[in-house]
Parts: sequence; C-alpha cells; structure tokens
Amino acid sequence: MSVPVPTSVSSVSSVSSVSSIDARSTANRTGAPAAALRAEWTKLRTLPGTWWLLLAVVALTAAVGVGADAAATCQAAGCGQDPAKIALSGIDLSQTVVAILAVLAISGEYSTGMIRTTLTAMPRRLSVLGAKAVAVSALTLAAGTAGVLASMLAGALILPGRGFTPLHGYPALSLASGPDLRAAAGSVLYLALIALLALGVATAVRDSAVSIGLVLALLYLFPVIASALNPHWSRHLEQIGPMSAGLSIQATAGLRSLPLAPWPGLGVLALWAAGALLAGAAALRLRDA
Amino acid sequence: MTNTGYRSRIQPARGSFTQTLRAEWVKLRTVRGWVVGLLVAALAIVALGLGPSAQGSCGTNGAASNCAQTLGPGGEAVTDSFYLAHQTLNGDGTITVRVTSLTGQLSLPGRGGSTQTRSGLAPWAKAGIIIKAGTRPGSAYAAMMVTGGYGARMQYDYTGDVPGLAGPVSASSPRWLRLTRSGDTLTGYDSADGTHWLKVATVTLAGLPRTVQGGLFATSPQYSQTSMGELSVDGGPSQATGALDHVSLRGAWQPGAWTGTAIGAADGPAAGSPGGFTDVDGVFTVTGTGDIAPSVSGASGIGVTIAQTLIGVFAGLIAVAVVGAMFMTAEYRRGLIRVTLAATPRRGRVLAAKAVVIAAVTFAVGLASSAIVVTLGQRVLRSRGVYVWAVTGLAEVRVIVGTAAVLAVAAVIALSIGAIVRRGAGAVAAVIVVIVLPYLLTVTTPLLPAGPTEWLARVTPAAAFAVQQTLIAYPQVSNIYTPSAGYYPLAPWAGFAVLCAWAAVALALAVWLLHRRDA
Repeated sequence: MSVPVPTSVSSVSSVSSVSSIDARSTANRTGAPAAALRAEWTKLRTLPGTWWLLLAVVALTAAVGVGADAAATCQAAGCGQDPAKIALSGIDLSQTVVAILAVLAISGEYSTGMIRTTLTAMPRRLSVLGAKAVAVSALTLAAGTAGVLASMLAGALILPGRGFTPLHGYPALSLASGPDLRAAAGSVLYLALIALLALGVATAVRDSAVSIGLVLALLYLFPVIASALNPHWSRHLEQIGPMSAGLSIQATAGLRSLPLAPWPGLGVLALWAAGALLAGAAALRLRDA
Repeated sequence: MTNTGYRSRIQPARGSFTQTLRAEWVKLRTVRGWVVGLLVAALAIVALGLGPSAQGSCGTNGAASNCAQTLGPGGEAVTDSFYLAHQTLNGDGTITVRVTSLTGQLSLPGRGGSTQTRSGLAPWAKAGIIIKAGTRPGSAYAAMMVTGGYGARMQYDYTGDVPGLAGPVSASSPRWLRLTRSGDTLTGYDSADGTHWLKVATVTLAGLPRTVQGGLFATSPQYSQTSMGELSVDGGPSQATGALDHVSLRGAWQPGAWTGTAIGAADGPAAGSPGGFTDVDGVFTVTGTGDIAPSVSGASGIGVTIAQTLIGVFAGLIAVAVVGAMFMTAEYRRGLIRVTLAATPRRGRVLAAKAVVIAAVTFAVGLASSAIVVTLGQRVLRSRGVYVWAVTGLAEVRVIVGTAAVLAVAAVIALSIGAIVRRGAGAVAAVIVVIVLPYLLTVTTPLLPAGPTEWLARVTPAAAFAVQQTLIAYPQVSNIYTPSAGYYPLAPWAGFAVLCAWAAVALALAVWLLHRRDA
C-alpha cells in the first residue's frame, strides 16, 4: 500500500505556494474550488458504476419501502406503529449502497494509482477532499430525494389499505404534515451524512474492502451490541450509534420514548461524519499518497 | 521462427491440488493485513462477549434473589405453581370429577403503571385433577384437565402433553375427567357424559412413591399479548377458577378432609394472589395462578442463553468477510490473478483451493474464539447476576462448532462474491447485507411484523444462527417464540444448511464466471 512516492509529488504539494504551478492557479484563482469540483464531478459521472449505484439507491429505498408497507398491519386504534418509519424503512438497506458509492469515490483512486495524478493536478489536498464531498453528497441527495419521494408516495397509497386509516389515528402520509416532512427530508439528509461518513473513513483507510467493512460495522454493530446490554447501557449505545441515532429522524410517533429526539439524533450522525472527514482530511494532508 | 523461449520445467496442468492449496495458504499467511484481520475477528468475538454485557439481579440480594429455577423430574427447569385441594392416596386408586366451568381473570398493565383486571381466560389456563408425588414443586405428576383454549388434555411430568376431547367446557357441555393410579402407571380418561369414557393416555412416572397426593387443581399462566409482531408486548398474571362436582375417590385414599395448598406460590412468574378453594355441598371451586409446565425464555420467561455470549460474532463476521473478499479481489487489483492462473490453469481448482484455505483458517479462528467466549462468558454473565440457561455439553459443543462453521461458510460466500464482482467494496457490502442485516431485522431489532420476520429467518443466510438455539419451544406454553427470544423457525442444522446452500450457489457462480471471463 505504501508505495514509494515519487518525490516530485510530495515536493509539489509542500512547495505549491511558491512553485510555478501556483502561477497557473493564480490565473483563475477564483475558479480553483470550482475547477476541483468540476474535476471530481467529471470523474464521478464518467464511471458507469456511479449511475448503477445511484439507481440502486432509488430502487432499493422504494422497493423495501413498498415491501414493508405491504407487510405492515394496524388492526385497531393505537396500534403503536409509526407509518413514516415503515414507509422509509428502505433507507436501512440503501444506506449500504450510498456507503459503497462514497467509499469507491476515494478508494478507487488509491487502487488504480489515480490519486497521484489527482494530487499532482490539484496539490491542495483538502480542496480535493472537499470537492469529492460536495460531488458525492450532491449525487446522494438527488438519488435519496427520488427514493424517499417514491417511498412516501407508496406509503400514502398502500398504508391506508393496511389499516393505517384516520379511524385508527393515522392520517395518510403527506409532505404537508410537519412530522412526515421531517422524516422524509431527514432521511435524505441521513443518506448524505452516511456518504460523508463513508468518504471520511475511506480517505483515512484507503482500501475499499476494509473501509466498507469499517463503515458497515459502525452502522450495524451498535444495535447488535446494544441488544446484549441492560436497558440503561443499550439506551446510551443507541444514543451514540450513528445509525440508531441518525434514524431517529424518521420517528413521527412515540417521540417521548425515543433515546434521542429526531434532530439531535441526526446531529449525532453529523458529528460522526464530521469526525470521519476530519480524520480523513488529516490523513490525506499528512500522509504520502 | 519457432518459439524456443523460456519454458517452465514445472508441469502446470499436472500440479496437484495439494500444491495449489499450499500456494493459497502461503498467500493468506504472508499478507500482514489479512492475518491482522483474522486476529481482529477473534479478538472482537472474545472481547465483545466478555466485555460489555447484561447486568442481572440474580443472587445480588442474598439467597432470596437467587434465580434458581425449580427442576423437574428430568432435571429440566420447570414452573410448578398452582392451587391444589388434595387428599392422600396410599396405594392404587382412582379420582373422577365433572368440570362444569372454567373462568378467569387477566391482569394487564394499564395506563400510568396501574393494573387493570378484566375477566378472560388465558389459552393455557387449566383446572382438573392431578396425582402428584408430593407437594414439593418440581415433583412428578400426571393430570387430567380442561384448558382455556385447547380442550381437555392429559399432561404429565411438565413436558408431556396429550390432547383429549376438544372444545370449551360449560354447564351445558361439561367434561368428566378420570385419573387411575396403578403402581407407577397413571391412566387418564375423559368423557362428555360420565358414562362413555375415552382413554387419553397411559403414562409411567418412574419412582412414584407409594403415598402420593391427589386432588383438584387450578392454575393460569402469565398472559401476554402482542401487537405489531412483537414490538409491543404486554401481559401480566392471570387467574383461573374451575367449578368441579361429582367428585369421587375410589381405592386406597386415606379418609380425611380436603387440604388446600398453594404449590410453589412464591417462585411462580405470575405472582398474583395464591388462590384458594371452597367446597359447598360437594361443589368445589378452585382458584389458582401460575403454571405447571416447562419454563421458557423470552417474553413469558426469564434469562438468556449461552448464545448471548456470542454477540461479538457479528464484528468477527464483518472482519472475516473483509478478509475473505480481499483474498480474491486482491488478486485482481494487483494483476496477480494472471500469475495465479498461469501457474494453475484449472481455474475451478484455484477457487476451490482458496475456499478450502479460507474456510479452514476461519473455522479454526472461530472455533478457538467461540470456545473461549462461551466457556468464560457464561461465568461472567452469572457473576453479574444474569440467569443463563443451563445446556447439555452436547448442545454447548454444537453452539461452538456451529458458530465457527457459520463464520467459515460466510468467509466462503465473501470469497465467492469477491470472485463474482471482483471489487472488494461490493463483495464486503453484499456479505454484510445478506447475513448481518437480516440478523439485525430478525433477532436484534425486529422492525417487521412476525410473518416477514420469520420468513427472513428461514430463507436468508441469517437462518444459520439457528445453530445457536439451545431452547426448546413447547406448544403447551404460551410464549412468543421468535428469533429475538432465542427461538428460530428452523432446526439448528437446517438453518446452517440454508447458509451452505447460499455458499454453494455463490461458489458455483464464481467458478462459472472465472472460467467464462478473461482474467
């Protein structure tokens, strides 16, 4: 992994502020972040895998949501369920695809050696990471929005037939209702934050298989371990686990019994994403490519 | 010009499978990251199993808080708590009664911590006649009874259950019950009219003493109801009252009055009022609470199983999946696959050798770590006051070996998916999605209703975690028998077979693609 780095690359990055490369970047100084963004966007959009993964995000979000809608039942008033959570349960699965997308955005460069070209062209390493973060999260937001809208529509159409009727205390899902809108918009943001978390981890780790293992372990292991602990400790684990805390944004019922309120829950995930990005940025900045 | 360039003296096609195996073993053990990955897997299994764990209250407040369960004649944990109006039988004899009604009360937790009581009958509420070795909880017995929802039954020694006449009991449709003791053999009969008798079963209670207690009993187990699969379970103690008349005792019964005893009143899970009995001109009313049945875990029971110590297997599984996938994808990334296939042109053999190596290594790592964590973990749990169900040595070995085998087969699936998609990230994510995610949805946090949850536990590779089941689901005990309570829908090795089927399909697909594609 730690291939001896051509000295030119590391020297370029360390002396970039005075080298001749700086002259070029001076020419369009205002456009430097935009150029980095355009480069990352071009890389991402010209990989066929990107579009398949984004399609999978939309399809899995909607398909799992439809399946969960069709499986749910509410036979009487006060059946203690949360229709928004059911309709949006596809996020549980599509987040893995988002994680793959984000991991490949950076580890793909390391496995092919492309990273050295990238850093030669754009010696400001942090703006490379920033551009990647913007490009990946923008695509995730777009695909997530499509998937979540489809899920909410499916929920609004299917759930009333499964007993989620106003008679049982459940008006149809609608983006006009505050909690439902929070669940829907929050789920899209959740996916974007998962993408940033995965991007940060993969930047620090570099290898794609190890990164995805680490990200999914972070997501799925907290709930598994929490189940083995006594209620006090498992509640704490659910408060700090990125998935369990972040998905509390989907709650529209029984908010008082949640370990964490919806927005603070998403905030916990945002902290995880920020921490991962910081670790990734530090590693990228300090390490040879 | 003829090609007279270098030609290897090694005859590649004739290389034995052993050589290929050795080559793959050398690859595995010489990549530091993979060895570290496997060590991380072992460490995670042991550390998560021994480190953070549940805290119980058993034995923490002196002897009274000991969670020792009553043991039945077969040494199994049982619940033995009911109200008995009894006389002494000193030899052979028969008891006959007519049951005219069975009613009950259910206590459910109401809003704000109060308890609501409403009339209703738990399905396994029971009343009838019993002959029991003594009044000590856990002693041998045989009983004829009417139940709340399952008709007349003959039950014996806690686990035995034979159906008799179906249908509920009422004044217009009474049930006659008879129990005959001859030595250590007891025979149960039932009848709808008191003249036409049907034999239900004959059972032998080994070592039944000459002097036994016999009489009228009633009991009703913990009642639970669910909504939304098992997301919300509520329940509470229940009580049953049986009305019995035409009581007739024949044989070696000692003359005397009826004595009322609340058997096992203190340790029943349904700690309601112990009940009692009245005798008004030969019409007996017996009220009791509790159950005479094998104990269960889960919603209607207590404790955890030794599978609780294996919680770290999921972390281990992810590490193993990463190593398994990279064992294949690294070949593609570095172009090594071309060297490998040049040395061993029989491509299926390469994949087979890789599968054998990764499975054997993972099995060894899994076996060592699960053996340590199951053995030590139960002690840790017990020392923290958690009730851990005792298991036979054979079942414990099955759990340990089964868990190691699950890890080994999961590694083969990871390897195969790695060969299919040739990308590390995709392979690792696929393995986690097909194994860990279904487990999460069925066992840890069941979000789905019972139907889809059970379906997931049958068809996905997560079905293999049935090898960790050590509990027995008893139809004669109301309980919520779900994976999250430790009851899987498939038998242990059937669940493992599901995982193996997935691995076989993945491996076959990988071999086919490896043959078909350019490397």
